[in-house]
Amino acid sequence: MNALARPYPSAPMAAARPGMRWSRDDLIARGVLLAIMAMLFTFLIAPLFTILVNAVQDRDGAFVGLAHFVTYFQTPSLLRAAWNSIWVASVVVMISVPTAFVCAYALTRTCLPAWFKGTFKLVALIPLLAPSLLSAISFVQWFGNQGAFKALLMGASIYGAPGIILAEVYNTFPHALMILVTALSLADGRLYEAATALRTPPWRQFTTITLPSCKYGLISAVTVVFTYVVSDFGAPKVIGGNFNVLSVDVFKQVVGQHNFSMGAVVGMLLLVPSILSFVIDYTVRRKLKAQLTARSVPHIPKPRRLADSLLATTCVLVGTLLLGTIGMAFYTSFITLWPYDLSLTLKHYHFALIESDMAAAYGNSLIVAISTAIGGSLIVFVGAYLIEKSRGLVAMKRAMHLMAVLSMAVPGLVLGLGYVMFFNHPANPLNGLYQTMAILILSMIVHYYTSSHLTAVTALKQIDNEFEAVSASLKVPFYKTFMRVTVPVCLPAILDIGRYFFVVSMASLSCAIFLYSPETILASVAIMHLDDAGDIGPAAALASLIVVTSIVVCIAYSLLTRVLLVRTQAWRNLRRG
Amino acid sequence: MDMTDTRFLGSEPTTAGALEVIGIRKDFESFSALRDVHLRVNPGEMLCFLGPSGCGKTTLLRIIAGLETQTAGQILQNGKDVSWLPPDQRDYGIVFQSYALFPNLTIADNIAYGLVNGKVKKAEAKARVEELLKLVGLPTSGSKYPSQLSGGQQQRVALARALATRPGLLLLDEPLSALDALERIRLRGEIRRLQRQVGITTIMVTHDQEEALSMADRIVVMNHGVIEQVGTPMDIYERPATPFVADFVGKVNVLHGYALGGNLFRVGDMELQCDACDIGFEPGDEVNLYLRPEDRLVENLAHDTPNRMSALVSKVEFLGGLCIAEVTADALHGQSLGLHFSLNQLHDLDIREGNRIEIALRANRIRAFCSRTARP
Repeated sequence: MNALARPYPSAPMAAARPGMRWSRDDLIARGVLLAIMAMLFTFLIAPLFTILVNAVQDRDGAFVGLAHFVTYFQTPSLLRAAWNSIWVASVVVMISVPTAFVCAYALTRTCLPAWFKGTFKLVALIPLLAPSLLSAISFVQWFGNQGAFKALLMGASIYGAPGIILAEVYNTFPHALMILVTALSLADGRLYEAATALRTPPWRQFTTITLPSCKYGLISAVTVVFTYVVSDFGAPKVIGGNFNVLSVDVFKQVVGQHNFSMGAVVGMLLLVPSILSFVIDYTVRRKLKAQLTARSVPHIPKPRRLADSLLATTCVLVGTLLLGTIGMAFYTSFITLWPYDLSLTLKHYHFALIESDMAAAYGNSLIVAISTAIGGSLIVFVGAYLIEKSRGLVAMKRAMHLMAVLSMAVPGLVLGLGYVMFFNHPANPLNGLYQTMAILILSMIVHYYTSSHLTAVTALKQIDNEFEAVSASLKVPFYKTFMRVTVPVCLPAILDIGRYFFVVSMASLSCAIFLYSPETILASVAIMHLDDAGDIGPAAALASLIVVTSIVVCIAYSLLTRVLLVRTQAWRNLRRG
Repeated sequence: MDMTDTRFLGSEPTTAGALEVIGIRKDFESFSALRDVHLRVNPGEMLCFLGPSGCGKTTLLRIIAGLETQTAGQILQNGKDVSWLPPDQRDYGIVFQSYALFPNLTIADNIAYGLVNGKVKKAEAKARVEELLKLVGLPTSGSKYPSQLSGGQQQRVALARALATRPGLLLLDEPLSALDALERIRLRGEIRRLQRQVGITTIMVTHDQEEALSMADRIVVMNHGVIEQVGTPMDIYERPATPFVADFVGKVNVLHGYALGGNLFRVGDMELQCDACDIGFEPGDEVNLYLRPEDRLVENLAHDTPNRMSALVSKVEFLGGLCIAEVTADALHGQSLGLHFSLNQLHDLDIREGNRIEIALRANRIRAFCSRTARP
């Protein structure tokens, strides 16, 4: 019964399926997306690939297979560097992550006053603004040959593993803290209420509710800290002495011995832990996000006199140590000669900014940081927008997203090494870029692409997906809607991205170390050279200047943001009326 | 009533539709969202795509809008082939479930969004915005921001924005689903009034049958990527073409039995007469008989009233003015029926748990479908 009578003939099956015609909008969108992809390809994938090629070639460009890797693994001194990197990084993880966890717990789960928490957070986040060299310089001043507390070491030397560990604990602490604060603030209050109703003792609540709920945060913190230490170059360079680690090895092979093949091999090795922890971190973060979207009631901590005061004491202690570290760098920059002449002076600043042959460094750094902030937020936001909101080209968008996320897995040193090999090659038409400001800026944008990209994607995901469809139906080109609606709505996120780019490129060393010329030298590189030359005062002065600049910029940024938001975001906090 | 007629097009195929969907197919990697869909939309009508989630109704709407690309098939708008045109080269206004109002623009700017784009003079645009604000009943809200309005008001603004450029077709994608129950009912009537007033051809996607029944000129019931039935709301409800439609739209009782030939069917010990069945079954064919809860007689029964039986009231579910009584007839071998009674009938006829009542099933209302296959 009910045989389907078709009133229409079936549509003819087209042999070659026609695609949706491209409108002018599509053309523009796809063109821009392609341009950004080309940039990421040229400045991320191609250099990485060049390293791989170099690792399997000899000096004349002949293919030698894995010969360099074999040599590497047969040279005990080289192999030791790899081992050193791993165990030092592990020790840093074991100190930094638990300390950060205790402090994060104090920030999120106690009734300590808000001003206390706020102040501690500010102090704890300062290391993010400093080049990784700064803490090493400080610890040299505290515990070095002429160190104030040298006696505490009882004859042992700070140069080597102990110094690197101390400096890296300082450098990684805020990274771990931020991740763990986020993880700990996700607590579901209902679980604690249920546990209390069941008369669960506090310690058991901690091990059965608190710890499991921030499991992913802990894993994430561990991988981030580990990767940071393995790929950091500044601290081991200053305080490492004869203690060899992978990152310094790359530098020595390439800059010291011009052994590009061996440099490439070490670079590849450096990539291994990074990619590994990147994969772990990426999977874990996805789970963290899933946890975030679950509906839960925020946990409101109750006062616990003993626990609160113990935690407060810990925070004070940690804060003092953090301040002591940065304080020593500041102090060093203002005194004549530690420890013989403690009179205050500005001569180190004068030297670093005017007299030395690296006087241009600070200005260069400012130019690079500002350009990176502007160029970076523009490119990243437009790229993320086109991935999220344009129609079609699914495969292309996936490739673009992958590249954007991949950049995080590439240590700055490896990226810089790739640039040397790729752009310095005489046959490369982009050869002219090498050692210019442009390549420094582009390397910063690419190196710090991932975090910014993810911030932009998160902001874009929060706005309605149908804006583009609506404006197409109203015949308004997508770029008008982008300018009139998307950008204003996402303005806070865009400003955040700009600030992030400024701060990180101001302090970044490892990316720039292979790419500068005497004219384009950056402040972080200059610090390294000053320290090498024994000019520890001017080095400290320049490092302090970077920190102060970033602090000033952050304050100015938040003021500007507030003004901008008041003027353009009036629609935000309105009530129904 | 010819059944094939109700399943397909109410209008004769000679007049050109405002929109014609010809053989649209949409294949995803693992499944087909739409399988060879044909449809004609008449000028000025309000058409509803109704179906459970995943039936392909939203995909079809998005293909009509050019927001998705069909695997095969054609879309003709006023006779013009728009199948492969990008959305900005098609002629329609669209309203989404999420309203998609631009949060940083005022209501007036939102409505004027498509007008400002060069072609309309400023004063003209302003006048049009005011006219539309009046049309949707928000004459004083022009300077407010979307977040200051209620959901229903925001959706009215979205409607005004879609109508501002006077498109030839209005697409509504679950426009009421995000609203609370009261506002939903209020806006139902309002959208219908507006649509009639403007006279715009409209396609609305919904999973809410009540919405479709109350608003549509015609309903397209979809399931698993195919059209199950096209017809007026009354057609769909009273003469469902497939068991799926009978099941999906409204409540229905199902009785298992077999055909005796002609319009007679055996269920348990009863011979049920079924006047609405116009397609012959072979005697012995297994069938399901579909009966709506209200299609029973309880008063003024005569001895020769067809399909008359005595039944035991096993449960009464009190729902307010209209209640459901579950009754079991021995003659049907214990197959139970849920029947609607008004509260007054419950009292007057003394319908209580454990009581026996006399009922008759309306012979002109029972629909019979072959039970061997899921779909005939």
